[in-house]
Amino acid sequence: MFSLEGITTNVQDWLLMKFNPTMALAIECVIVILLSISLFAILGLVLVLMERKVAAHIQIRLGPNRVGPGGMFQTVADTLKLIMKEGLTPDKADKFLFNLAPFVVMMVGMLLLAPIAFAKNFQIWDINIGVLYISSVSSLSVIGILMAGWASNNKYSLLGAMRSGAQIVSYELSAGFAVLTIVVLTGSLQISEIINAQQNGWWIFKGHIPAVIAFVLYIIAVTAETNRAPFDLAEAESELTAGFHTEYSGMRFALFFLAEYINIFIVCAIGATLFFGGWMPLHIGNWEAFNHLMDYIPSSVWFMGKTFFLIFLIMWFRWTFPRLRVDQLLNLEWKYLLPISLFNLLLVAVITILGWHF
Amino acid sequence: MFLKEYITDVVTGVTSLLKGMRKTGYYFTHPKEIITEQYPDNRATLLMSDRFKGEVVMPHDANNEHTCTGCTACELACPNGTIKVVTKFETSPEGKKKKAIDALVYRLELCTMCNLCIVACPSDAIKMAPNFEHSVFDRTKLTKVLNQPGSKIREGIE
Amino acid sequence: MYNQTEIIKDTSELGADGELVINMGPQHPATHGVLHLVVTLNGETIKKIEPHLGYIHRSIEKMCESLTYRQFIYVTSRMDYLSSHINNLGCALLVEKGMQIEVPDRAKYVRVILSELTRIASHELWLGAMAMDLGAFTPFFYAFREREMITDIMEDTCGARLTMNYIVPGGLMYDLHPDFQKKVKAFITQFKSKVTEYEDLVTNNVIFQSRTKGVGILSAEDAISYGCTGPVARASGVSCDIRKIYPYEVYDKVQFDEVLETAGDSFARYMVRVKEMNQSIRIIEQLIDNIPEGDFVGKTKNVLKLPKGEFYTRVETARGEFGVYVVSEGGTTPHRIKFRSPGFSNLSVLNHISVGSKIGDLMASMGTLDLVIPDIDR
Repeated sequence: MFSLEGITTNVQDWLLMKFNPTMALAIECVIVILLSISLFAILGLVLVLMERKVAAHIQIRLGPNRVGPGGMFQTVADTLKLIMKEGLTPDKADKFLFNLAPFVVMMVGMLLLAPIAFAKNFQIWDINIGVLYISSVSSLSVIGILMAGWASNNKYSLLGAMRSGAQIVSYELSAGFAVLTIVVLTGSLQISEIINAQQNGWWIFKGHIPAVIAFVLYIIAVTAETNRAPFDLAEAESELTAGFHTEYSGMRFALFFLAEYINIFIVCAIGATLFFGGWMPLHIGNWEAFNHLMDYIPSSVWFMGKTFFLIFLIMWFRWTFPRLRVDQLLNLEWKYLLPISLFNLLLVAVITILGWHF
Repeated sequence: MFLKEYITDVVTGVTSLLKGMRKTGYYFTHPKEIITEQYPDNRATLLMSDRFKGEVVMPHDANNEHTCTGCTACELACPNGTIKVVTKFETSPEGKKKKAIDALVYRLELCTMCNLCIVACPSDAIKMAPNFEHSVFDRTKLTKVLNQPGSKIREGIE
Repeated sequence: MYNQTEIIKDTSELGADGELVINMGPQHPATHGVLHLVVTLNGETIKKIEPHLGYIHRSIEKMCESLTYRQFIYVTSRMDYLSSHINNLGCALLVEKGMQIEVPDRAKYVRVILSELTRIASHELWLGAMAMDLGAFTPFFYAFREREMITDIMEDTCGARLTMNYIVPGGLMYDLHPDFQKKVKAFITQFKSKVTEYEDLVTNNVIFQSRTKGVGILSAEDAISYGCTGPVARASGVSCDIRKIYPYEVYDKVQFDEVLETAGDSFARYMVRVKEMNQSIRIIEQLIDNIPEGDFVGKTKNVLKLPKGEFYTRVETARGEFGVYVVSEGGTTPHRIKFRSPGFSNLSVLNHISVGSKIGDLMASMGTLDLVIPDIDR
């Protein structure tokens, strides 16, 4: 059965056979860069189309259905249009920062790809502090947003960027605590070990109630972190027109747009890794036949399926709920999510020490 | 008690959100509820109401005859100056002179479809047609002459 | 590269005490039209709001002075286009009152049914647009689905979907469509089955409630002194329903409640409108089976001439009291005409109720005031 599992080792063996080790490493780097850039492009196109289709069906509409079969190439057409559009820079903007900001936001997304395990043995960098790396790098994206808001020399942008700053800084906390619960259960920060620990059952099933609470907290917190509705205060359309990217047009706007979807993909991929076992197939106790059947489904399909399920969940939120106000947003974090996650962490520590989880 | 209130707050909040998600989830999983009409594609089956006020037309019968006497009631009733009646005097074979319309000029770009001209017309010479696709590339095409070339008034209409 | 202090200087025009002045509109997603609000902010907190009008001024009142009493009715559809039917009714009532034209019962019944359908359509649109202002996009489409049924009914009977011009002095322009009763009943069944949807999605939603409760509080005294009418005043506990106080047409024959709330906040205004839709359904249900047979238009002279004097009528539109004031010199056209539109007075409280709240609250207050800009700026 075809799977991505063996590819990495095969490629590495082949490269080492043909070139000297330094050259092989350089070529590997190039391959990884090309792969991640193309993944970005494909993910952007797919996710934007998915968002529009989900929104349309929830809103009893059909959604894009003109370009290509079922509107499949709509986003490609949109991208072409955005590439051809002129990227305006406002006259009194801080031009250097203004042009830099979309790339900073994009870069953060690229950095975050590194420790994600897309399939069995298919991971760019299995760093031993993988989870810590993710939490620390993901908070860098706020710098890009603040930069964009400040440099635009637009009041709406500035307000949006300030909101975004307050929001991401606060919601980092509960997202971090939710991740910590799984780290406590596993006893490791390494992504591959977290996945391996879920061989006989995913944490959301094995971890009792604390894991479920942690999952709910995680989904809420990352929805806020990625500036998605109901927490899309940074770009609140009816209040701040487009928030921090009001002044952006053309491809630079597209980069912000793309970065939003890449960030969703990444946080959902991490959510799937932590709570749903990443590429690990669904195994139930000692149902040998069932477990065996599940193993036949390639690990990459498992990973993508789980990730897209979480992405759908986040999209579902967006098209159902109204937006929170900025003070309510902070209330929710500091008065509800943070105390609950602290309590939850305590609970999970007790459970782990007493060995109550499966 | 504070803690109890706190927990009920959380629970009621989450249930209200879940209820909303159930509703949107229902529509997501029931594509039959979709109400989109794909307009240019469904032109053949598109049902317009017979009373729909799209534009003013002057019905002509098979002999290319209409019932407009040129009384200018419609012109007077129109609030915007949309209609202009140009009259002429026709001489019948018996030598009688009779007033008739030369042209009933209708300027669609000024019309607000208020229907006052149709109500005012004493001989039902004009009516509203349900055609709504009025886009043209040239503005002068919106100024129309409603009576067909060579048409004349039907016998017996005074 | 620009000096940073230079950018700061450019960003705030007034500049005093860290004030930030932003121009919301005339092109802004939440102002629903060309309203221009000059909002003075301190951080996220609103210090002052100054509405600027004039972007859609068409001088309708002056235009009406050159139109005859039959013609000027259709222009009023272009003011509050969401309750165009009720505007038309107000003008027709004035002409009928001035000339003592007898209106047949059938026309009266149909006028009330159509007015209530218009009110529901207007409130449906408001519900969707307001939810959209608060960031929930989906209720907009659900509300429009029901509204579409009403516009279909209007299209069948009146021949137009928005600016109907179906009412003439003395009655109706033409008779009802044969399918009218059937379609209205189908709409009532559909509407009743879908009301729970709005409750699930909007009314009971914890985020929506926290966004609207206690936001934009308008006291009863202020509502009266600012001249607010309609749902805005009724949410503050001011009884001002023209249909109850000065019943016109057949409103005195039907049973319905004037919806009153006491809180005066955005949520109360929301609840008043939602409950009003149910009351409108109640009115329609009482009338729809009892439309009397007979003429649809009374006998009128060919040329209408109002006697010399001053005339005033009022009707309850979806937004409040709509008044028509005409000074006649005895000719075929009004000498002077003035419309009292509900939106103007309702907009005037915006500064009063939003000072000290956040930008997000401005959307909630503005949404629940239900502004239609062409109505404010005629």
